[in-house]
Amino acid sequence: MIGKELDTGAPNTWCPGCGNFSILNAMRAVLAELDHSQPDLSRTVLVAGIGCHAKIADYVNVNSFYSIHGRATPAAEGIKIGDPDLRVICHAGDGDAYGEGLEHLIFAAKRNVDMTMIVHDNRVYGLTTGQYTPTSPLGFRGRSTPAGSIELPLNPLALMLTSGATFVARGYSHGIENLKEIFRAAIAHKGFSFIDVLQVCVTYFNQYEEYTARTYALENHDATDYDLAVKRAREWDYNSAARIPLGIFYEGDAPVFEVNPSEAGRTPDETRDALDKLLASYR
Amino acid sequence: MKEFSILIGGKAGDGIDRAGVVINDLLNTLGYYQYVYREYPSIIRGGHTFSIIRASSDKVYCHRDQVDIVIAMNRETIDAHAGRLRDGGALLYDATEDKAAAPIIADGATIQAIPLQDILAAESAPPITRNSIMIGALARALGLEWTDASAVLTRRLPKSLPQNLAVARRGYDAASPVFMVPNLDRVALPVLTGNEALAMGLLQGGLDSYIAYPMTPTSSILHFLAEVAPLFGLKVVHPESEIGVILMALGASYTGDKVAVGTSGGGFCLMTEGFSFAAMAELPLVVVLGMRPGPSTGLPTYSSQTELGFALNAGQGEFSRLVVAPGDAEESFQWAQIALNMAAKHRVPVILLTDKNGGEGTYSFDVNEPTAIERYEAPPRDWSKVFKIDSYEHDETGLTTEDAAITKAMQDKRLAKTGPIASDLAACEPVKVYGDKEAATAIICWGSNKGVCVEAAAAFGWRVVQPVVLAPFPAAQFAEAMRGARLSIVVENNATGQLKKLLRLHDFTATESVRKYDGRAFSLEELSAALTAVKEASPV
Ligand SMILES: Cc1ncc(C[n+]2csc(CCOP(=O)(O)OP(=O)(O)O)c2C)c(N)n1
Ligand code: SF4
Ligand SMILES: [Mg+2]
Repeated sequence: MIGKELDTGAPNTWCPGCGNFSILNAMRAVLAELDHSQPDLSRTVLVAGIGCHAKIADYVNVNSFYSIHGRATPAAEGIKIGDPDLRVICHAGDGDAYGEGLEHLIFAAKRNVDMTMIVHDNRVYGLTTGQYTPTSPLGFRGRSTPAGSIELPLNPLALMLTSGATFVARGYSHGIENLKEIFRAAIAHKGFSFIDVLQVCVTYFNQYEEYTARTYALENHDATDYDLAVKRAREWDYNSAARIPLGIFYEGDAPVFEVNPSEAGRTPDETRDALDKLLASYR
Repeated sequence: MKEFSILIGGKAGDGIDRAGVVINDLLNTLGYYQYVYREYPSIIRGGHTFSIIRASSDKVYCHRDQVDIVIAMNRETIDAHAGRLRDGGALLYDATEDKAAAPIIADGATIQAIPLQDILAAESAPPITRNSIMIGALARALGLEWTDASAVLTRRLPKSLPQNLAVARRGYDAASPVFMVPNLDRVALPVLTGNEALAMGLLQGGLDSYIAYPMTPTSSILHFLAEVAPLFGLKVVHPESEIGVILMALGASYTGDKVAVGTSGGGFCLMTEGFSFAAMAELPLVVVLGMRPGPSTGLPTYSSQTELGFALNAGQGEFSRLVVAPGDAEESFQWAQIALNMAAKHRVPVILLTDKNGGEGTYSFDVNEPTAIERYEAPPRDWSKVFKIDSYEHDETGLTTEDAAITKAMQDKRLAKTGPIASDLAACEPVKVYGDKEAATAIICWGSNKGVCVEAAAAFGWRVVQPVVLAPFPAAQFAEAMRGARLSIVVENNATGQLKKLLRLHDFTATESVRKYDGRAFSLEELSAALTAVKEASPV
């Protein structure tokens, strides 16, 4: 199940030049590589929120759970509860994951759920035609803030490091090889892998020139050093004109969230026996 | 019918519930069926809490106002409840409490002062053993032999406190018999709450995962299932919020798990977007919605039937759903299984509508009443085929669409589930009838009011009609159940007559209503008086 077969044939409705294309292509390529790994592609589920980003669920021909706005994360966690052997890759928007559903993101990181979380961070609500999001810079003129946003953005990398994510990275939609590398590593990581992808929205917040001028690859960085990761994550606060590091900031090790049911028999008769035993203590 | 009632009251935190369980055991060894009505405030320490334990030779499902024995762990219990004592009843109270302000007690009731402080001092026992003293005293008041009482106490009281038995014996000796409770010489039934019975039904129905955020009156389902999960291979998760709950449940349902969630009105408000999503994505889901008085936080630990309209209409869009309101512990056990089965078979969201009275009320429970529907096992998810679900309108393969014809076809497909659900449920008695089925007067009730209505109606020779299924509404079975009735009285715990309105939608106009919405359950006397008033006002 590779190459063309990973395409559903659904017509693509992203604007020409949209950064989502790179994320889609990088993901398709990485998924194609996964076909022969364990679990294989048939046991991989893409979860998506609602927004331009989320259309990826329609474009990739693997199992998918196209959720509601802000609620990609808890659905992904539920899939791991239901079947821990499934590989879960979750695509969310910045409005989706950092606004509407922020509580879930923090908790998934806190629990260190074994899943990959990719936020298409275009720093704008694309699908609802251009309002400010939690990562839009101060003064952002969106359709709900015509005089400029009066809020400072939050720094999702710093937030995720504080919350317990054990893999924290930043990508850029105009660097597909870099994206593939990060996706591969994130999927291979056991635990909650978080990637903030600076995704250019050509229509409502075109940061192509700024990002291209200011991004650079993290080099000679020790990703096992948490304090260093926090420091590097703070180099750019999503507001200033500082340089923007890309790559894997942190990769650590922590117990993974697992709901392991007991081996107790589950046929109707076995359940009934267990119930009868339990009921005997209620007499 | 031989019966008697015992009220035990004290401060929240006094262990009134624990004491109630020991009393249940005591009465069980004598072969009595029981029903326990509990009232407690939304306070951990302090505040007044009480239980009325009604014991009977027949099965009972409601409490009486009048009681035979009041056990008062504090002064407040005397003031609030001594007036309930019947002629010949007795008040057992703590001699250390101020006796001067003489309580109002029915003529012929007696008072027994039990010296709790002295007994504690004599045995150097901690105050927490006060309940044991009173249980000892109760055993004597009911005319039990000490050997019978001590067997139960030895089994039930915490072993870590060896003084328990010693103080209970002193309590026994300090009291005197009030009346002799005959031993019925039979094995009684396990005594458990409606919520426990419902949870057991979910287990028997094959529940794989239970996901919930604590909220009275369904927290006890979460606690119970978390406790027994290892015995059943069950997964139990408590997420960050009810929104997290329902989305996690849908994620687990996607993988093929049978899932249920539990909450009350406020939590279900947060779940409604996910509830509608379940219908759109055709993901099986069972929601236990335990009602309590609102609006808003309302009376957290009290009861209501105010979410019928909400349950029937919750969630954007139009879709098939099953809404069921079981009326007691056995029905909770059976309908929880049916709910899981129907959700899995028809891939729809299901609401089990309960309330605090039914969920936290305690019943003698018979697990052997048959369930009409066999367990349905969906085939395991076949991962060799791509499985896509979508909250947008989508085609049969799960891809988003805005196509007009597909939109209509998919909408029709989801709505067409209602018919098959209704025909499956026809085998499960979706409308129950009790009493004289030909009687000209019918009480119509739903949910936890069933028991009190059936018992009250018996005295009038009336029939009782209980729609257990509320959506899809079993209109034909309801019409059949009502045939020949000229006076119809809808009894419900809300102010606006939600069932009455639902009936009107199905072309039935009930003539009368009895409504109670103060958070408390109808007692038998209270409902009987209200029905008498209706009867006198309506010349049938
Ligand atoms: C509960 C709810 N509120 C609002 C919306 C409308 N809505 C759809 S997408 C969206 C914002 C999308 O922004 P983002 O998550 O950043 O995704 P993008 O379109 O930028 O990829 C909103 C507000 C919705 N679908 N559901
Ligand atoms: S609006 Fe922006 S994010 Fe959405 S498709 Fe167009 S360019 Fe992409
Ligand atoms: Mg966005």
